Order: sequence, then structure tokens, then C-alpha cells
Amino acid sequence: MSSITLDSKVPSGPLAEKWDKHRFDMKLVNPANKRKYTVIVVGSGLAGGAAAASLAELGYNVKCFCFQDSPRRAHSIAAQGGINAAKNYQNDGDSVFRLFYDTIKGGDFRSREANVYRLAQVSVNIIDQCVAQGVPFAREYGGLLDNRSFGGAQVSRTFYARGQTGQQLLLGAYSALSRQIGLGNVEMYPRTEMLDLVLIDGHAKGIVVRDLITGEISSHAGDAVALGTGGYGRVFYLSTNAMGCNVTAAYRAHKRGALFANPCYTQIHPTCIPVAGEHQSKLTLMSESLRNDGRVWAPKKKGDNRPANQIPEDERDYYLERKYPSFGNLAPRDISSRSAKEACDDGRGVGEFGRGVYLDFSDAINRLGKNLIKERYGNLFDMYERITAENPYEVPMRIYPASHYTMGGLWVDYNLMSNLPGLHVIGEANFSDHGANRLGASALMQGLADGYFVLPYTIADYLARVGAQNISTDRQEFKDAEQQAREKTQKLLSINGSRTAESFHRELGHIVWENCGMARNETGLKKALQMIPELREQFWRDLKVAGVENSLNQSLESAGRVADFMEFAELLCQDALHREESCGGHFREEYQTDEGEAVRNDDKFTYVAAWEHTGYGKTAELHKEKLEFENVKLATRSYK
Amino acid sequence: MNITLHVWRQKDANDPGAMEVYTAKDVSADSSFLEMLDMVNEDLAQKGIDPIHFDHDCREGICGMCSLVINGVPHGPQAATTACQLHMRSFKDGDAIYIEPFRARAFPVLKDTIVDRTAFDRIMQAGGFISVNTGGAPDANAIPIPKTAADKAMDAAACIGCGACVAACKNGSAMLFVGAKVTQFANLPQGQSEKAARAKAMVAQMDLEGFGNCSNYSECEAVCPKEIKVEVIARMNREFLGATVKSSS
Repeated sequence: MSSITLDSKVPSGPLAEKWDKHRFDMKLVNPANKRKYTVIVVGSGLAGGAAAASLAELGYNVKCFCFQDSPRRAHSIAAQGGINAAKNYQNDGDSVFRLFYDTIKGGDFRSREANVYRLAQVSVNIIDQCVAQGVPFAREYGGLLDNRSFGGAQVSRTFYARGQTGQQLLLGAYSALSRQIGLGNVEMYPRTEMLDLVLIDGHAKGIVVRDLITGEISSHAGDAVALGTGGYGRVFYLSTNAMGCNVTAAYRAHKRGALFANPCYTQIHPTCIPVAGEHQSKLTLMSESLRNDGRVWAPKKKGDNRPANQIPEDERDYYLERKYPSFGNLAPRDISSRSAKEACDDGRGVGEFGRGVYLDFSDAINRLGKNLIKERYGNLFDMYERITAENPYEVPMRIYPASHYTMGGLWVDYNLMSNLPGLHVIGEANFSDHGANRLGASALMQGLADGYFVLPYTIADYLARVGAQNISTDRQEFKDAEQQAREKTQKLLSINGSRTAESFHRELGHIVWENCGMARNETGLKKALQMIPELREQFWRDLKVAGVENSLNQSLESAGRVADFMEFAELLCQDALHREESCGGHFREEYQTDEGEAVRNDDKFTYVAAWEHTGYGKTAELHKEKLEFENVKLATRSYK
Repeated sequence: MNITLHVWRQKDANDPGAMEVYTAKDVSADSSFLEMLDMVNEDLAQKGIDPIHFDHDCREGICGMCSLVINGVPHGPQAATTACQLHMRSFKDGDAIYIEPFRARAFPVLKDTIVDRTAFDRIMQAGGFISVNTGGAPDANAIPIPKTAADKAMDAAACIGCGACVAACKNGSAMLFVGAKVTQFANLPQGQSEKAARAKAMVAQMDLEGFGNCSNYSECEAVCPKEIKVEVIARMNREFLGATVKSSS
């Protein structure tokens, strides 16, 4: 078990030359030989969709899978605000190095230098590519691209398409993917869910899937597998993720030996619409871009339940502006979220349940006029009104943090390959680029960087080294994995207890949110680590799944995903317990300054925690990849 | 509030299907329409009845997966709003609500209210793209695009591909959907070189899938959650006509 050595495969040489050098050092697959290889891509979001399209353009055979009814519906589509790129079109001092530095610092010095630098380098190509595809980014009257600023940066480098940037970028990737499907280079499998990863002689050579319409379980073989299956934010049950988002593909790969890195790095986004009641199934994000013009405040007085517009100016606490004068309302997400929690814990929260703060646009409307605000954020204001029945042009929005993104994920090396040869992991599903906290407008950048500009190069190196193997799904390894998947499905259906998977998921989410949410401590984490296995045991004893195996069965789909969250939640809390420091989104209450700022422990924890699965219900084994910083100095993050 | 639901239940594609009646009790006005269905489903599951199947994912009006006809209107009574963003405050205590799938020849029912919309994907595969491979794109600012053109392209690009336009149309026409994509690219310089081929290929696939023609009732525009205008249909017809004339000359 402990024989695993984590080799990040970061190339030698100066930071700025690593990627160039590496591209030259990697093996290539001859154009005429590419058609001899099949690559399996699971997920069709920004990372998966972009990778499937790009690999097919290069000449590989690609099979792409998604659980939605169309690849266009992957949850990347819901990203609102924008995508960063070091174009320096605004002439405000941006550069590749500055984007790199902001991202490393934003991640609280817990990401890999070389990966982040490469991300900043290719960011400029992404914008070019998307414009060429016809993505209608916002423009200025002269016809050139417009930018706005986002949290954690003091330059304007964020490109956007109204409040629908994720949608437009995804539709760009979807159009490229559609073209390749039409040309016959990609076989697309919608409404198909991955249930297992298949290893042949230790290499990832295929997957087992369930056809969500017929219920049929079958296998697909290839020369390499790429997972672009997103994050695990729904471990909290309530999150801004789509209802179908899940950890299943990543977790089942983990159970086959892939290491899971830094699961405790979860992002709780500061600006979401607060919970309205017990019926709530998901939370809705209000884009961070709103903080360009909105001012965040809470009443100074505890329990002040006057309507917002009756609270005079001098009785309002614009706490972000007060605490972080140089970044103000654009302080990074982890810091903004914790500050909102502090205000509410202090009894100064607003709204029915006291879990909310104001995001106020009245100053901006007075300064810029309602029309300009409408042009910038109209769709977000409309969405807010639809959900809350309040008009944000007249009363301030109420916001509260919610689970939004997960920085942790399957461990990958510089080539985006996991410790299992052949298994590549891209986008949110891997752990690589955001460290302990992700800055706004960086997720779209990373997903597309991995899919368009990194994986297509690095996967060739693996394929060229192992050669085309033309593996058949008749092999015993596939038959065994299929059999296990069928048995698991039948087991879920046969318990016939009294509670639905949904109700178990709610309870699990509550445990994880309370004990491993925005702030964590040893007592709470130990409590969670006791409660989760108990709940899991109850799940396998008392679950009720309606319907039958061989049909479209949403109850069964949900049960399978919740079963994985039940195991994964324990890993998340275990990682959070072991990391005895505060960094980024991982805030351990024991490690803070007198002012409540995070205190890292660089001597002990400057490493990636990569966990190895050791068996159901058993404690995972820790492997460490030491993080080396040669180009930036580890410093205490300051946004003051 | 208490609501009586009349819901289309259909076991699979071959089942004839029928309306069933359920009750939703103690529904909060702040809950969303789909959360109300979640509650009913929890109740049905407790009774050992297969829950009402409905497509949904993001629940914030952008993925386009939800597809319910509510009281005869795709996505329900609120304008510019998907079913997932509709809230129960739009209804009142004692209401009867009818829930059915998006119905069209090209959208066969798979189960209950879930329909197969892969015909939309096939139209996109026929021509809903600009043929550019990854890499080698010129600098993003190399071609200035007037803001008005970019805004028009964005208005059309806002389509979420839900299919409400098809469900609302008595002809089951997909012209609003196809027109939106044709219009997006027709407004951009990048889309010019393929515009004739694109219009022809997408229209041909649209016809092949069994979608009907447009007879100018604008029902599609009325139900579109993203407020795509029927002008995109005019634009598509113009592009298509232009393409046909060009190729025959």
C-alpha cells in the first residue's frame, strides 16, 4: 500500500519555460496512428466537452458520456460571472506572472506552482479560441472585448457574457463537440452514468456504465480514460450545484486505487440566496461580479429587525470595506464568506432565520443609474426577484454563503494523470490548480485549459508510451466489474426499508455542513466521523428505493449517488481533521489570529494530502506530495 | 396551501399513459414548483408508488433540462421563467394543477413527463457550429465586432435548448430554436464563411426529425423562458432562402 510514490512530474527548468520544454520532451502520436486509439471521456462540461472535441479533432476515436439528456446541460452552464485571462487588454498592469501570482496567493499557497503557471499561460489562448467559436463575449462600443474585475485581483482581467458566461463557454465547447459527433469522430452517450472504472494490468482501460433509460449495465473499453465529472459540493446536500452533480465517478475511481487529494478544500461561496425553509432542495448563486457594484453590510446592532431602508447609514457595518480596505467588497471568497458567518453568529444576521447579510446596490444605482445596473446584472436581478419575490432595485439583496465549488479532487500529476496509469482527471474533478481556495472566474479558465490545451498534449505522451492495445470488453476484468455493479444496484433495490435516499442525503448534508462547513474544529469533526458511519449503516439497512432495475428510475440513480456520498463524507472529514492549520476554504477554529484571520502552518502542512482507499469503512491511508515554492515567497495572505 | 395535482403518468415509451390525481398538502408558498413535486414524490415513495419522473438539474433556469407543461403552458404561468424557477406563490390554496410532458412528434415520451429531446442535438450536429479546431485561433481582439452586433448575437445565444417553443407550437415547430443559433452566428464575422451551408444543413435536419413548419402564431416566443424573439425565425428564413438561391445559381 505505502509503495505509492507521488511523482508530480513537474519539468525542470525556469518556471516560464517548463511547459514549452515539457511539450518538446513529451512523446507524440503520429497523425496517421491517432485513429488506432480510443479515448473515453466521462463528463461533457467545460473540461470534458472541450477535451472530447479537441481529441477528436486531432484524430483520436472518442467516446463521451454524460448523465444528462444532452452534453449541453453539464453544470458548467450555470457559471455566471466570467473567465480570467492574462490578456492585459485594459493596460492595467496584468501579465501571465501576475495572474499566476494572484491564483497561487488566492489558493493560500497550497497549489502546485508549475500547474498554476501553465494555467495562466494558456488562459490567453482560451479567449482566442472561444471568440473564434462565436462565443458572444461582452464588447465595448469600439468593438473590442470588455473586462470586469473579480475577487482577489486588482486588475480587470475577467471576460464575460452578461451573467451567462458559463453557458456561453459551454455552448462553445458543445458546438465543437457537436461538430465532431456529426463528423462521426465522437460517439456520444447521453443519459449514461459511469458506475465503475476498469483496470487491466493496473492501467485504466475502460468503464462500466448504466443506461439511464433502459437500466442496462454495460462496458466500454479504450486506451485511456479521462474523467471530467465535476466536484462533490453536494456532499453538503444544499449547494449551488445541480441536483445531479455527484462524486460517484471520482469516488469509484478512488475505490479502484486513484488517490483523492485535499478533499477538505471546499469553497463556500459568499453570495447565494439564503435558505428559505425546510422544503429547500438547492441554493442559488448570485454572481460574485455583483460585488463590483454592490456593497455588503449587516446592521451594527444585534437583532436589528427594521427593514433595510430604515436602518440609517451610521448604523450599518460595511464590514468588508472596514476590515479589508484595499480589496473591500472584492475580498476573496473564503474571507468574504467567513465574515458573513461572523456577522450572523454575532446575532446581526438579517432575514427570517437570521442567516443573511445585505448586498446593497443603492449607491451604485444613484451613481450610475438604474439602466446601467440593469444592463450589467439584469438577469441576476430578475432571478433574485423570481426566487425571493423581492425587488433588488428597491431593497438590498439578502445573501448568505453556500457550498459552490470543490478545490479537492482526484490527485493528478503535471500531465493530469492520476496515480493509476491511463486515468486522467480534468476540470473540477481534479485537485490541481486552486489550492485551498479558488478565486472567482478561475473555474471556467481551468476547465477549458485542461480540456483544450493541456490534456490533448499530455494524453498523447501516455498513449505513445503504451501503444494501441485494442482491448475487448469480453475480458474477465470487465465482466467482474459489471457483475459488481449489478449486485450493488440489486442490493439498493432489495433493502426495502422506510426512508428515501433523498432524506438520507439531507441528513448527511446537515452533519457535514454543521461540522465541516465554513469553520471546523476537532470536536465537531470527531463527532461527524462518528455520526457518518452510523448514518451509513442505517442507509444500508433502512433505504427505500421505488421502481425497478431495468427502467428509467430516478430513485435508483439518486440512491447510488447518495451511497457514494455516505462514504466520501467520511474521507472529507478525516482530511479536515488531519490538517491542523487554517488555509483558504479550510478554516480550523483552533488556528486563527486574534482578529479571526486564518493561520497556516507551513512547516508541517505545505503538502498535498492524497488519500488511498483501504477498504469499505476503513481509515484511508495518507500519502504526501510536498509542495515546492521556487518562484513565490510563502506569505500570510493579506487583503487589508 | 393544499393543491390537487393531475399528473401524466406513463411507464415507458410504449405505455399509452394516463392522468393520475395526487394531493400536495401543506405546501409552502416560498417553495419552488419542483420542490413541491419533491414533497409529493417523498410521499409517494413512502407509499411504495413509483415517484413522478421529471427532468431537472440546475434548478436555476439555465441548463434547460426541466420540461413540464403546467396548466397547458410549457414552463407554466409565469413569463420568462422555467418550471424550476416557478414558485408556489404563483398558485393559491385549493388550486388544481395539470402537469404534462412537452408534447411533439419529435419529442417522444420516455417516462411520465420525461421526453427525448436528442433531436435538438442532432440539429446542432448538422450545422450549429463554426468549424474551428482547437489552437491556431487569431487574437481575440483581431476582429472588432460592433457592440450592437455582439449584443444581438448574445440575445439569440441565450437559448437554453429546453424545447418549450416546440411544445407550445401547434405544428411542433423547432424554428425558434434553430433560428436562435442561425441568428447568433449570422451576426458575427466568424460565422460568415459557413452561413449558407449552416442554414441549409440545420433546416434539413430539422425537417428530417419531424418538426413542423411555422405558421406565425408566435406561441413559441410567448413561452420562451429566455425571451428569444420570433425575429430569429425571420432571420433563419432569410439565411435559408439566401443559401438556396445561391446554391441553385
